[in-house]
Amino acid sequence: MTGLNNALLLLGCPELPVQTGIALYLSNKLVRKDFDVTITGTKSAINLMRVSDPEGNYAKKMVDLDLCIGNIVEKRMDFDRCFVFIHNDAGISYLATMRGISDADLFAIVFGSDAEMLASMIEFECEKIVARTAHNPIPLKKKIDEVL
Amino acid sequence: MGCIEEMDYEIILRNTSFKECREFVEKNFKEIYHVKPGYKMFDVYLIGVPPITIGVDGDHVVFPYVKPCHGTFLLRIRGEDEIASLKGGEGI
Repeated sequence: MTGLNNALLLLGCPELPVQTGIALYLSNKLVRKDFDVTITGTKSAINLMRVSDPEGNYAKKMVDLDLCIGNIVEKRMDFDRCFVFIHNDAGISYLATMRGISDADLFAIVFGSDAEMLASMIEFECEKIVARTAHNPIPLKKKIDEVL
Repeated sequence: MGCIEEMDYEIILRNTSFKECREFVEKNFKEIYHVKPGYKMFDVYLIGVPPITIGVDGDHVVFPYVKPCHGTFLLRIRGEDEIASLKGGEGI
């Protein structure tokens, strides 16, 4: 835990190109708002972040996904805000899990060709940031700018 | 979650949705338990939309296992200790 507001970005499968760019953009935006940002996700998603930002200018802290989930369940860490990247059913499962195990304010970043359908599956309270895009990050960036 | 993948498991459903897994367990198994996300089983914290439905089939448990890139799998694994924990109401 730190004295700063802290935020977690939970990345899904990186098969859709917008995820890495938007994660770097969002991380930078949160850091500039004095958030202590941690990023978790699949091994490939994390490696994409590391290669895209080799000096850690935008994303400094990265944690293995399973370790992160375990630490939150066991109350060894938690966050003020959690942003879950969703473009498939598994993403919804991770969002629901975070709802159940964390006290963070929850943000669902939903994208891809099924964005609206996936967003409609979210039946609990959270901020939904939804854009039907897979390659072009601008629609999602605009939605994020409206919320943050 | 490498631990489960190294175990002797049977895949009942693959690349499916969490909802389909829940419906399959509820339809096909008489002994059912509901647990919260983060419930620990086989040294793994379960991921999913609550309630996570686990079926008991003899000395095996049947439960959803989420992989971010491949969707949800319904797995069947021998687990007497896990069944004892479920029967004891831990985490339910």
